[in-house]
Amino acid sequence: MASTATTTTTKQYDEDLLIEEYGYDDHFHEHHHGDKYQSNFITTYIFSQDHKIIARQFLITGMIWAFIGGAMSLIFRLQLGFPEESLAWLKPILGKWITINDAGVGTLAPEFYYALVTMHGTIIVFFVLTAGLSGTFSNLLIPLQVGARDMASPFLNMLSYWFFFLAGIIMFYSLFLNTGPFSGGWTAYPPLSALPQASSGSGAGMTLWTLSLVFFVVSVLLGGINYITTVLNLRTKGMSMWRLPLTIWAFFVTAILGLLSFPVLVSGFLLLMLDRGLGTSFYLNEIFVGGQALDHVGGSPILYQHLFWFLGHPEVYIIILPAMGIVSEVLSVHARKPIFGYKAMVYSILAIAFLSFIVWAHHMFMSGVNPFISNFFVIFTLIIAVPSAVKVFNWIATLYGGNIRFNAASLFGIGFVSLFISGGLTGIFLGNSAIDIQLHDTYFVVAHFHIVMGVAAFFGMFAGIYHWYPKMFGRFMNDTLGKIHFWGTLVGAYAVFWPMHYLGMAGVPRRYYRFDNFDTFSHFADMNMFITVAAILTFALQVLFMVNFFYSIWYGRKMESKNPWGATTLEWTTPIHAGHGNWPGKIPAVQRWAYDYGKNGREFISQIEPLAEGEGDQGH
Amino acid sequence: MLANERQGRNKIHPQKFALWAACASIMMMFAAFTSAYIVRQAAGNWLEFRLPDIFFYNTATILLSSLALQGAYQAFKAGKAAWYKGLMVLTFFLGLAFVVLQYEGWQALTRIGVFLQTNPSGSFIYVISGVHAAHVLGGVGALVVAMMHAFLLPFKATPRRKLRFELVLTYWHFVGFLWLYLLGFFVLTGS
Repeated sequence: MASTATTTTTKQYDEDLLIEEYGYDDHFHEHHHGDKYQSNFITTYIFSQDHKIIARQFLITGMIWAFIGGAMSLIFRLQLGFPEESLAWLKPILGKWITINDAGVGTLAPEFYYALVTMHGTIIVFFVLTAGLSGTFSNLLIPLQVGARDMASPFLNMLSYWFFFLAGIIMFYSLFLNTGPFSGGWTAYPPLSALPQASSGSGAGMTLWTLSLVFFVVSVLLGGINYITTVLNLRTKGMSMWRLPLTIWAFFVTAILGLLSFPVLVSGFLLLMLDRGLGTSFYLNEIFVGGQALDHVGGSPILYQHLFWFLGHPEVYIIILPAMGIVSEVLSVHARKPIFGYKAMVYSILAIAFLSFIVWAHHMFMSGVNPFISNFFVIFTLIIAVPSAVKVFNWIATLYGGNIRFNAASLFGIGFVSLFISGGLTGIFLGNSAIDIQLHDTYFVVAHFHIVMGVAAFFGMFAGIYHWYPKMFGRFMNDTLGKIHFWGTLVGAYAVFWPMHYLGMAGVPRRYYRFDNFDTFSHFADMNMFITVAAILTFALQVLFMVNFFYSIWYGRKMESKNPWGATTLEWTTPIHAGHGNWPGKIPAVQRWAYDYGKNGREFISQIEPLAEGEGDQGH
Repeated sequence: MLANERQGRNKIHPQKFALWAACASIMMMFAAFTSAYIVRQAAGNWLEFRLPDIFFYNTATILLSSLALQGAYQAFKAGKAAWYKGLMVLTFFLGLAFVVLQYEGWQALTRIGVFLQTNPSGSFIYVISGVHAAHVLGGVGALVVAMMHAFLLPFKATPRRKLRFELVLTYWHFVGFLWLYLLGFFVLTGS
């Protein structure tokens, strides 16, 4: 006993000495070539604490979920576009959810249609565009771009990924329940979510859905705490906040949004669980089921909507801000120009983040909230257009007069700007509570949010993947396939979502299983068919992307120099295959801001290059 | 010199900062509960009742425990090993006592006819104080680890142990402060 205690103290004493000598962030110093915790396959590739491995884990898990979530949308698009066609060929995959009649025609069970819509939303919003986007790039870039050996707590960072993994396993398991996965919409409004008898998915499916999302929130919080702490505390010497690349600003603010909004969702879920299981009446009021009144008295389903959207609205910025940060960086590097209006970009990120907390009720204009209160939310919603427009203006001004390299990364960046404009403009319509009376719950809303935060965020993610792929895998993706991927996806995404605006203006409602029985909507049958075909083709291109991605990991063109794009930021000063700890020697000190392109007659000047005599730095 | 330069630049240790961020996150959870409480109260059908006295007395328990842990910390820094260990054990028992007495408070609620399902006004009290008690129990768990440090390791005020102690101390003060906020909230909203 005594000897163990002594050993522990000696070890601690050594650690303390190291901290004294190098500072707490330099504890990899003595073993930076693959540290001692990474001696075998499991600790290197599975339970890894290296942020670069964790980033790849988030990315590949996110891609698998994107494939599942996207494939689900194809199934319900088939139902909408070709309601008369037989889906019997899906029987091997969907089993009992396809019923085959005597004529051999297979139909999709309506309750499973709702389950597919619900799961598509949940998976894409949380697992792909939150974990897959923010999880990947925050992990990869924060330590590399601020100049740190790893996150503040590599261990919690590892836990963050495994909680996400656990959440995914539970959600995946719920797809195979006999009663089906949850089917009440990704927003899980009560009473559909609160009464287990409400629909077949509201029973075990809803229980697992909630459990999965609670683990997901734990993952987001562990990650977020780490991101914030790392950005504030572990920046290398000389890296002031005004010298941070815009990617880091975006990830930093995103993490703050997550840290402040996800706990509110947990509170909302806890009350929901009590209503479901323990007979409280937070959200449930006097409801008759099968002629029998339930015991619940006086609850308010609107209360849940308030709690949900207090997360739900910041959540869409949790999705789009990282994409914005990535696009700012990618456009600047490939236009060979400093980002236009760096500080305006930072302030608009901060303004968007602040406003995102006071606009949640614009999702509830039609749920019976007081119209005078709606006015307040309309005004702040419309004000978000201002910082958004500042950002769009700055991206275009960055491109203007640039010596643009058109590769897959920069094309996706430019495509992001296009989509963000198209989708953002319809947001101004929907943000008006009066126009929302007509447009709410129609395909206009579907078109709006898919373009502005669905496809746009995917474009930001693609830009990031093509741009930092060499950093992640030491090889390049095939650029020709990347360009085919880009043009196909751009045209395809507009072909899918542009017509939906017309559907929505004509009043075609969301969430319907089929429209061919309504005379009013029958003339849209061809348009729905067109959308479905476009969706299938666009999805096929994503398979091409995946093939390119996985093929290039092993067979892509090798990276020959550290800094293939000629970028200024710190991640390109690490070795091509950097070990845990990132820099083999000392962490470089930062001498200037992140956007010195085309300065002093030089194409670019790295952040680690000292200022010339009399040279001013933009980063102050 | 290098160490000084670094410490000057990073005024707060990252682990401590991470703890503050976590506290902010926990705070948001309770902000959500208490906002939901206000919104639900305004909607009517709200049972008015007097909060059992035990919740007020119990506040003294958690405040005393905070003082005890602060005392243990001062003793730790001053090198008074006996006080350090003694006050830490006292904190641990006061923390447990707080949770037990909260349970007594819930019992007192049932005696005046306020059960979990009776009315949202009561449900909120159970949920909010219950989630708070869960966070206190988390702190008690941290205290157990701190006590293991105190009793199993030789007494030595290294920077690392000081840091670990400060983390526990900060969290413990936080859950105490949180209870003061919640109690004040219940009093002001008049249940």
